Amino acid sequence: MSLDTATVRRIASLARIKVSDDALDHWTQEMNSILGWIEQLQQVNTDGVEPMSSVANMTLRQREDAITDGGIQDKVLANAPDATAGFYTVPKVVE
Amino acid sequence: MSNLTDLTMADALHGLESGDFSAVDLTRAYIGKMEAHKSLNAYITETPELALQQAEASDTRRRKGEAGAMDGMPIAMKDLFCTEGVRTTAASHMLENFVPTYESTVSGKLKAAGAVMLGKANLDEFAMGGANSNSYFGQAANPWKAAGDTGVRVPGGSSGGSAAAVAAHMAIAATGTDTGGSIRQPASYCGIVGVKPTYGRCSRWGVVAFASSLDQPGPMARTVADAALMLNVMAGFDPKDSTSADMAVPDFSAVLTGDIRGLKVGIPREYREGVSPEILAVWQQGEEWLRAAGAEVVEVSLPNTRAALATYYIIAPAEASSNLARYDGVRYGLRVPGDGLAEMYENTRAAGFGNEVKRRILIGTYVLSAGYYDAYYLKAQKVRALVARDFAEAYKQVDVLLTPTAPTTAFVAGSQEDPVTMYLNDVFTVPASLAGIPGAAVPVGLAANGLPLGLQLLGRPFDEETLLRVAGVIEEAAGFTARPEGF
Amino acid sequence: MSTTYTIDGETGPWELVIGLEVHAQVISQSKLFSGASTTFGAEPNTQVSLVDAAMPGMLPVINKECVAQAVRTGFGLNSAINRRSVFDRKNYFYADLPQGYQISQFKQPVVGEGWVDIDLEGGEVKRVRVERLHLEQDAGKSLHDQSPTKTFVDLNRSGVALMEIVSFPDMRSPDEAGAYVRKLRTIVRYLGTCDGNMEEGSMRCDVNVSVRKAGAEYGTRCEIKNVNSVRNMMLAIEYEARRQIEILEEGGSITQETRLWDAGKGITRSMRNKEEAHDYRYFPDPDLLPLVLEESFIEGIKATLPELPDAKKARFMSEYGLGDYDANVLVAEQDRAAFYEQVAKGRDAKIAANWVIVELLGALNKAGKDLAESPVSADKLGGLLDLMADNTISGRIAKDVFAEMVESGKDAGTIVEEKGLRQVTDTGAIDTLIDQVMAEHADKVAEYRSGKDKLFGFFVGQAMKRSQGKANPAMLNDLLKKKLDA
Repeated sequence: MSLDTATVRRIASLARIKVSDDALDHWTQEMNSILGWIEQLQQVNTDGVEPMSSVANMTLRQREDAITDGGIQDKVLANAPDATAGFYTVPKVVE
Repeated sequence: MSNLTDLTMADALHGLESGDFSAVDLTRAYIGKMEAHKSLNAYITETPELALQQAEASDTRRRKGEAGAMDGMPIAMKDLFCTEGVRTTAASHMLENFVPTYESTVSGKLKAAGAVMLGKANLDEFAMGGANSNSYFGQAANPWKAAGDTGVRVPGGSSGGSAAAVAAHMAIAATGTDTGGSIRQPASYCGIVGVKPTYGRCSRWGVVAFASSLDQPGPMARTVADAALMLNVMAGFDPKDSTSADMAVPDFSAVLTGDIRGLKVGIPREYREGVSPEILAVWQQGEEWLRAAGAEVVEVSLPNTRAALATYYIIAPAEASSNLARYDGVRYGLRVPGDGLAEMYENTRAAGFGNEVKRRILIGTYVLSAGYYDAYYLKAQKVRALVARDFAEAYKQVDVLLTPTAPTTAFVAGSQEDPVTMYLNDVFTVPASLAGIPGAAVPVGLAANGLPLGLQLLGRPFDEETLLRVAGVIEEAAGFTARPEGF
Repeated sequence: MSTTYTIDGETGPWELVIGLEVHAQVISQSKLFSGASTTFGAEPNTQVSLVDAAMPGMLPVINKECVAQAVRTGFGLNSAINRRSVFDRKNYFYADLPQGYQISQFKQPVVGEGWVDIDLEGGEVKRVRVERLHLEQDAGKSLHDQSPTKTFVDLNRSGVALMEIVSFPDMRSPDEAGAYVRKLRTIVRYLGTCDGNMEEGSMRCDVNVSVRKAGAEYGTRCEIKNVNSVRNMMLAIEYEARRQIEILEEGGSITQETRLWDAGKGITRSMRNKEEAHDYRYFPDPDLLPLVLEESFIEGIKATLPELPDAKKARFMSEYGLGDYDANVLVAEQDRAAFYEQVAKGRDAKIAANWVIVELLGALNKAGKDLAESPVSADKLGGLLDLMADNTISGRIAKDVFAEMVESGKDAGTIVEEKGLRQVTDTGAIDTLIDQVMAEHADKVAEYRSGKDKLFGFFVGQAMKRSQGKANPAMLNDLLKKKLDA
């Protein structure tokens, strides 16, 4: 599975990282080198093996339904680049 | 009082308790070291004033008989732990000006135990890297040099600043986080002790996330006893972290008895592949020390060791690609304007992230994307299960495993540019991370080039007690007392 | 069975295939993964925790009540409850999605397959299969009209628990889709798991619509978003089906896409800014572990379920002898059914049903009030029925009394006494009335007696008028007949 520049462009767009045209070849080459190395995994026989998503040998702990948080607008907005009137703001979105 | 910074934590606590010196004295001594060795770039943010305030408060507590387990101990905090009111950058341009309004659980526990924070230690950006070369705030340097070195050696990574600070006596101990070896490998490169606890032992709440199923905070110190003491403070159940283990924490300081008679130590044969004779020799030396102390050493097999590394480089980037999606310039952190929302995102993330972070986000995005998920991510999850199974099988035969920590000693900064070459440094540390088991790196000697060498011990899940006990025996037998010249 | 609903195109009739994804906001004190409040209408970003704002290092911890609500709803939908489910991350970027992903359930939802019976016109019942119900986080809110250059983001709603209920494409007409949503709303309201308010957005529908010729395979579907009422949903389906038919009949093909319902214009339109196909990159959330439900937890919920609308309807029909329509109307709302049962208790159940449905609901509807705001309580309405039953007042007078009750909130007895509306049941008094009427209309009496039977009604009316409506109608009839025929 070798990546072409169009795929790398699509992946970068999905990840919302701007990649300049100049850099695209470089990224493509690098990703191919890493993925080529990763390819060795296909040689491992995993027939009948359950995928493992967590090592924690536990189930999900559930908390009681109570209001224990919130009311901290100042903290929530403290690091915001452009907070206005209690809101975060972004460039205007047209739907 | 210059030799105050030579004291172990145990001795320093004793000195404070006896009134030989104050926490302020101790802190001043460390601040002096920090000033003297700024060139190491071990800290991103130094907080000497805060440290002195905390030291004064510590002295007051001690006078009142209210001192905590680490009261007055000046430590470095990896700049991945969110600290209330103190800038937390994750070594990224993205968070260059981020000041948390909250304190991570682990740093909070250390604070509550009286630890004094000297500053925020350098690291690889978002903990991604093995050499501390990926920091927006510059390369942290290893205080150790090989004969004839002109440039600097890397301290390892990602907890490179923490390791360098402890090795250079710019902190009595430090926090680290380990995702694929980020505590153990820099500990090994810098000649100190590093412990990665069992996944779930220390809370991840308030630690900037890299790969959630792997990240684990742990202590870095100059002795096993200091690491055990610090782990006592850092460990414990946290209801705010759904993956935190609801288990009692034993007193790790009490287990360092030196008695390992009858213990079974496993040597995984696959770890021998491609290891230099020098490292093989040190490893064998380790075996002999343990045998001499009454342990039985047997060979075991961990067949999926080689595949583990590639598995890690799918799983960690996949999780990272999602964990780092929150850095979008909306609620905190860097914002680079653009024409519309999408372009603002793209500009912000292009400018805010360094190359290694981008590389991993792109790989992670790719392996999760439609059409590739099964071939990469799902496959990696299955191999991960096999890696975990290997360890479970091994622990039916043995109590701990002994391995090298890294395939080489610290390398020269800038000498490893190729990502895959860099990834190969993690070959001995990554499998334990995938399995979630605890590991410890212990310095055992110097290589011919004069750089420190370490051995790694791996334990059963939640059996840090045996792990630390064996680590203590190795430490005792090795008698590693070498210091980097000039530190 | 009724005939299949179709829309006629140039080439003949087309069938509709409709599936619904309903997002129902879970009733809980705090959010799905944080301890911030879920209440509406607070100042922006005040009901937001550091977790909801996705600050670095923040972690989710699940709310037990939200899980219980999902399981409860699962029972209401006759669904399989999955003992083990998994939370996944759905990755995409949006200004009001702070984490850059939504925590949802993809492959292993908490609730599996089930069904809902919907009630159609003419007493017909149709079964719509439910594919799944899963828990997920709501997004925040973007406000586009606060500034000419910026969109404002409020995260108060961010992280509130939603249940996404996905149906199979089993519906074949706008009416069926409407009936399905109404039924779903009734069920969640009975269970107390969602308030079902579509206008306020606590229940939102995405509609999948396709068209086909009878017996053909499913066509390509479009998903319609932004329908905020049952009426709009039905209009949107109708419009979208006609749009698709037109394209197909012109030889075109349908592009699978998401379309927005524009209620103002009454059209659906393609969403702009979709430069790339979505690739959500679902994977299990590594901050969470599998959700495993204990048998005791599930049984505990099952044991405390309320009587659900279908069971209640069946009981109303058998226990009270009600017809399908009346039973449907009464069980549509839990408080309405309870109100009815209180009125019907110890009384004639059919008369009670009639009064609740026709008089009470009619009056409330006219006044634009909810049952909860009714000026006439169940006990007061029962009191009125009692006065009819013991002949204190007639049915005709009862309607006047009821109107007065709605007006003043007084009870029936008081109104009857105050206004002297007690029915005249004294034979002597009625005799006198009749005598007076017959004397006044001697000519008509003669006509009647010569065979003009139809005049009987005239005498009843006159006598009733003279009694100011208070004469007992049956007695009046009886006595009048006797006197006229004498």
